[in-house]
Amino acid sequence: MSGISRRKFLCATVVGGAMTTLGSVCGKGGKAWASGSFEGYPEGMGVLVDLTRCIGCRTCEAACNKEQKLPEPDQPFNDQSVFNTKRRTDESHYTVVNKYDAGQGPVYRKIQCNHCNEPGCLTSCFVNAYTKTKEGAVVYNSKVCVGCRTCMVACPFNIPAFKYSSATDPVIKKCIFCHETRLKNGLPPACVEACPQAVLTFGYRKDLVKLGHERIRNNAGRYVDQIYGETEVGGTGWMYLSGVPFEQVGFDTTLGNEPIISNVKDFLSTVPMVLAIWPALFSGIHLLATKGKDHGSGHGEDDHVKNEKEEPRP
Amino acid sequence: MKKFMNMGLLVDSHNKSADGKKWTLLEKLFLGLTPQQYIMQALLNPFNWLLALIFAVGLPILAGRFYFGLNWVTHSSNDYPWGLFLGFGLFAMVPLSSSGFQLGTACEVFGRHDLEPIERVGLLNGLLGYLFAVIYLLCDLGQPWRLPYPMAVAFGPASVLFLVAWHVATYLSVQVAEVSASFFEWIGWPLGKQGVRKMTLGLTVAGIILSTLHQGALGALFTYAPGKVHPLWYSASFQWLHFFVSSLPGGLCMVITVTTIARKTMEWRCDERFKSTLDKLTITLAKGATMGLATYLTIKLIGVAHDNEWSYFATGWGAWFIFEMGVGVILPLILFVYAIPRNAFAIARLAAFFTVFGVVLNRVNTAMICFNWKLPYREIPHWREVVIAVMIYAIYIVVYRFILYRLPILYQWKEEPVLEAVAVPSSNGRAPAYREALSPAASYREAVEEPVAISSYAATGLGADESGRGGL
Repeated sequence: MSGISRRKFLCATVVGGAMTTLGSVCGKGGKAWASGSFEGYPEGMGVLVDLTRCIGCRTCEAACNKEQKLPEPDQPFNDQSVFNTKRRTDESHYTVVNKYDAGQGPVYRKIQCNHCNEPGCLTSCFVNAYTKTKEGAVVYNSKVCVGCRTCMVACPFNIPAFKYSSATDPVIKKCIFCHETRLKNGLPPACVEACPQAVLTFGYRKDLVKLGHERIRNNAGRYVDQIYGETEVGGTGWMYLSGVPFEQVGFDTTLGNEPIISNVKDFLSTVPMVLAIWPALFSGIHLLATKGKDHGSGHGEDDHVKNEKEEPRP
Repeated sequence: MKKFMNMGLLVDSHNKSADGKKWTLLEKLFLGLTPQQYIMQALLNPFNWLLALIFAVGLPILAGRFYFGLNWVTHSSNDYPWGLFLGFGLFAMVPLSSSGFQLGTACEVFGRHDLEPIERVGLLNGLLGYLFAVIYLLCDLGQPWRLPYPMAVAFGPASVLFLVAWHVATYLSVQVAEVSASFFEWIGWPLGKQGVRKMTLGLTVAGIILSTLHQGALGALFTYAPGKVHPLWYSASFQWLHFFVSSLPGGLCMVITVTTIARKTMEWRCDERFKSTLDKLTITLAKGATMGLATYLTIKLIGVAHDNEWSYFATGWGAWFIFEMGVGVILPLILFVYAIPRNAFAIARLAAFFTVFGVVLNRVNTAMICFNWKLPYREIPHWREVVIAVMIYAIYIVVYRFILYRLPILYQWKEEPVLEAVAVPSSNGRAPAYREALSPAASYREAVEEPVAISSYAATGLGADESGRGGL
């Protein structure tokens, strides 16, 4: 191997090495986060929502609106006509209650951020705007949000909403478990405190799982034998008990038990490999493909003369 | 344009005429015409009037998007966070830009120098596709001024989008460097061109890595939404491969499409080398695209089989899937297989158009039409969103045309025998006899490049190669 081709190979290798280093920055990070599974902080808090107790009074919505200083709603919170449509969370409603007809009378279901153990929004965010706090809340840092809305795509429960109305400061709006004002200080969120029917039970997540199963066991026939959120997408901080099958009251029961990030791990784990292998692979192919051809092995004029002969002439 | 160009004013070298008088930059910009002539030819082109109409409507609406916010131009949907700007602009522009790395790889890594007449179109197509994908992205982001945040302020390294951001940014720089060679020729700065040339192999290999990863990463973005994308368009294991593999025929066929249009609409700008080889090279690209399409079809079917999604074929979604695959993959595949052995260039070009259509449809389906398939409603984009998307595409066409008119992309820059350049020692003292046979242009080139070529890895082959051709 002559000097030039050695140099050629070295250059390619150096470029490759640089790329690999760049890659390992991304790759390692990705790997560290993607490997293993996170079951939630041991001291994480949660809320158990008992749909059989909810009467659709919307007190929780009003409490949330006040606590989070959200704009005045178009219709007052005692207006029952909102139940005519299925609503979702948006930039001025962090929680909404929907009404479902599931055979024996109406069933009301409160929705808000479920505060996943391993949140899709968090793992999909490229500026790391989301944090799962040790208290169990999934909070959001609007100071770094670029507004790409990938978290909205990644949320299996369709919770994060975007402040489309703002031209200068459009950010994500979602329930943060009243983290700043309450949860941090050991207080339950505003909606839980306001609920007149004890639909919402606040506590350590691990205790709530036990409590939920006890309620199912002690009230034969009242509940479907499942706590929604105990295992769904890796487990959620907010969990549900229901008297009717969950899919009849708007729950997606096809989500599976793997956290969202598990779907992405296949790809993330190929990234450092591509970064590490491609440079040598393609530099090698280059050397193989062009050996003795026009790129030559660098024998100066001999090579040029050869090229002159080999060059196809039109 | 053709009429004006027939007046013999074509800028294709630094010199106006044999007496060594140089073009000024302004003259180069006006293509050698006087400003009056330039404006005349622009006004005579009806396509420019169509563009003017699009800009007249689109620019105020674009300004409104940044003044009033996204809810003025879109339906502000929380269920469909990504509309046309990303569904079409980002997800469809990027796969059609894979031509840059493919032609770069074929020429520089695999040594297929017969592809050189279209290499630069491929590189430019890649650069502009990415650039405008980013411009679409800037329209879509809530806070576009924070786009550099993932590079500098806050890092979310577990995120696929983090990879996309880094790779698109890096790859854009790589592509700027690759395309800058033709800019340096045009502006008359051979040192810059030499500098780029020294990096060619490194840039090309970096291009392969970055392209593999982020073409795939765009697909992997949808693996965050396993329940939202319809199963026929979703595959947890293969999504990134589906996106990567379909981008390969997509990029090649985009080059066929662009060269077809360029050949038709700006023949005056294409040189003999380009015109005489284009048909043959179209078939070469078609061969590559055929392999890509066949592989893509296979892995799409494997994806369906792997997740056992056959039952969806009986639904309306299945019919739409069959339409997408039928018109966008199987039909062009059949047309290519018919056209290639028969050298039926027109049919190959038609097939390329269907392939481009198929790739765009696939991305729009995945990101918008078949997204949220469980929700009861489909979102139809707001008319203002459509206007902005069309207008940005119009800007893309204008920029594309502007560059093709000027830079040596469709033609080769004629180097002149400049005296000061020859003053550089023309060889290491062992000037071989063959060089005397070369034209002055070629020996100039050789003279400039030789000192570099001796010590550099990339320039050697290319220098020799081009001087060889220059002498013909």
